[in-house]
Amino acid sequence: MRVVLAEDLFLLRDGLVRMLEAFDFEIAAAVESGPELTKALAELQPDVAVVDVRLPPSHTDEGLQCALAARRAKPGLPVLVLSQHVEQLYARELLADGTGGVGYLLKDRVFDAAQFIDAVRRVAAGGTAMDPQVIQQLLSRRSADQPLGALTPREREVLELMAQGRSNAAIAAQLVVTERAIAKHTSNIFGKLDLPVSDDDNRRVLAVLAYLDQGR
Amino acid sequence: MGTSRVGGAVIAGARGLYLAVVSLAGGIIFFVNAVLAIAFIPLGIGVLTTPLVLTYLRKYANLRRVQAGEWSDVHIPIPYRPFPPNMRRGLMGQVDRCHLMLKDPATWRDLQWLLVDMTAGFVVAIFAPALLLYMLYGWVLAFGVWEPIYNAGGGEWYAFIHVTSQTDANYAAALGTALFVLGIFVNPALIRTHFRLARTFIAPTTSMRERELALRVDHLTETRHDAVDTSAAELRRIERDLHDGAQARLVAMGMDLGTIEALVESNPAKAKELLAKARQNSGEALTELRDLVRGIHPPVLAERGLGDAVKALALRLPVSTEVDVELRGRAEAPVESAAYFAVSESLTNVIKHAGADRIWVDLHHSEGMLRIAVTDNGKGGAALGTGSGLSGIERRLGTFDGVLAVSSPVGGPTMVTMEIPCELS
Repeated sequence: MRVVLAEDLFLLRDGLVRMLEAFDFEIAAAVESGPELTKALAELQPDVAVVDVRLPPSHTDEGLQCALAARRAKPGLPVLVLSQHVEQLYARELLADGTGGVGYLLKDRVFDAAQFIDAVRRVAAGGTAMDPQVIQQLLSRRSADQPLGALTPREREVLELMAQGRSNAAIAAQLVVTERAIAKHTSNIFGKLDLPVSDDDNRRVLAVLAYLDQGR
Repeated sequence: MGTSRVGGAVIAGARGLYLAVVSLAGGIIFFVNAVLAIAFIPLGIGVLTTPLVLTYLRKYANLRRVQAGEWSDVHIPIPYRPFPPNMRRGLMGQVDRCHLMLKDPATWRDLQWLLVDMTAGFVVAIFAPALLLYMLYGWVLAFGVWEPIYNAGGGEWYAFIHVTSQTDANYAAALGTALFVLGIFVNPALIRTHFRLARTFIAPTTSMRERELALRVDHLTETRHDAVDTSAAELRRIERDLHDGAQARLVAMGMDLGTIEALVESNPAKAKELLAKARQNSGEALTELRDLVRGIHPPVLAERGLGDAVKALALRLPVSTEVDVELRGRAEAPVESAAYFAVSESLTNVIKHAGADRIWVDLHHSEGMLRIAVTDNGKGGAALGTGSGLSGIERRLGTFDGVLAVSSPVGGPTMVTMEIPCELS
């Protein structure tokens, strides 16, 4: 799987390259600025891009803007955005086109190699990988409202993992229960939230986020 | 001679007529009322009427100041001393106001101006329409009207011409025409002279300007003290947070790593447990650093500017918040930061005290002024005063010459308005 990597800090870039290579990814390019990233994404057609939000030359949200522009040019281009902080505002912008294949994670998630690589693979496959912090912010904000309040604690837990972009199998593994139990929870959740059921992992996240957005 | 010049002269003539009427009538009415009001102060009643009359007089004078700028490009600054912000209400407030207004030299200069305006000002202004209109009378005489007047025994004078024959009447018409032509050239200048005359009386004098500058210096000194105090406190807070938080966690992590080094072979299970703890510590150190950075300069503010930073802030609030942004650029970083934290503190106040279930934030920039309104549908009753969170915001904005206004009747709604002078780029 070919990866384009954009990160301006040398140490982190080097570390990411080594980690991705250790998990059998091919690094098509490892760049350190916005213009280089735009060029690499257009020319190399990678399977997935791993991008830092803040990049030179502007040192603002150049990386995010490049990623969004590249996805407008080539819809569905898988992009995993890494950031020192997470903002719902940015998460929404990434999810806005609804084509999937996006991820938005805190840089610290890199510490847990297995989870991070799982997220990269999920994004490359057209799924989503949302940072638990974004999801928690969204859930805590709406927790007082109906009908989210109608969920049992276990269902909330499942919803949180589901919103991060996990499949039923992955959720089952994490919560140490059977996949059948998770399937039952999800259908309960969809029922309580009045959402149409769908098999697609990515559609689930979009549905959840769209629902969470509604009440505003 | 262009038509625009004739048009300008005619407009100036009309304005001159207006100014003549207004300066005479206004001068007499305001002067008499002001003198009466002040004269009645010893009787008590004047204490109530004087501020009222003087307030209207100031409005009247300000109207003329504006007209001077618009009609003749004569700029007359406003000289009145501002009232202190915490005026008493009711009767005692009226007494204070009377006292302050009488102490203001601008009041006495206004009264002098009224006398000059109704005499010299009137004369200068009346010349402008007179020069144009007098021609009509000259022509009326020349068309034969001189004859019945003369026959009835009237010794009619047209300016310096004693009209006793058609020739004289023709001279009158010619003189009238000459005056008209003169009017076309001098009318705008006459109006300007009228306003310049006013300016010598109702513009601030050098000593008034000096006093104003002194007040401004006092204000700046005060806000600078506030700014220095605030930033010193901020630095102490950051130092403490770093020392107690991230720094302590990193030390603990180093100790854990040392222990792990010693244990890794003899007790791998214990080492693994400590490794998990070390990783948790590093994660928590990062979270603390992140919160600290958000408290100093929020990343979204740095990356996207005030509008999106406030939008991101609103997304984190537990209350439904509508943000309306109309900014065509970014202000300087310190102004952006002050505005952001002012909004953030206002929103925190709303969440803590107002009991609101909807908030509206409106940000826009026009005429060199950044205007922010934070409105909620809560229970109201918020007041600006010592100890309230609002005075903290006021101090924060004061450093940038910004102001804060609060409208919060009991029962709500509350509207906090902030204004900061700044340019966007």
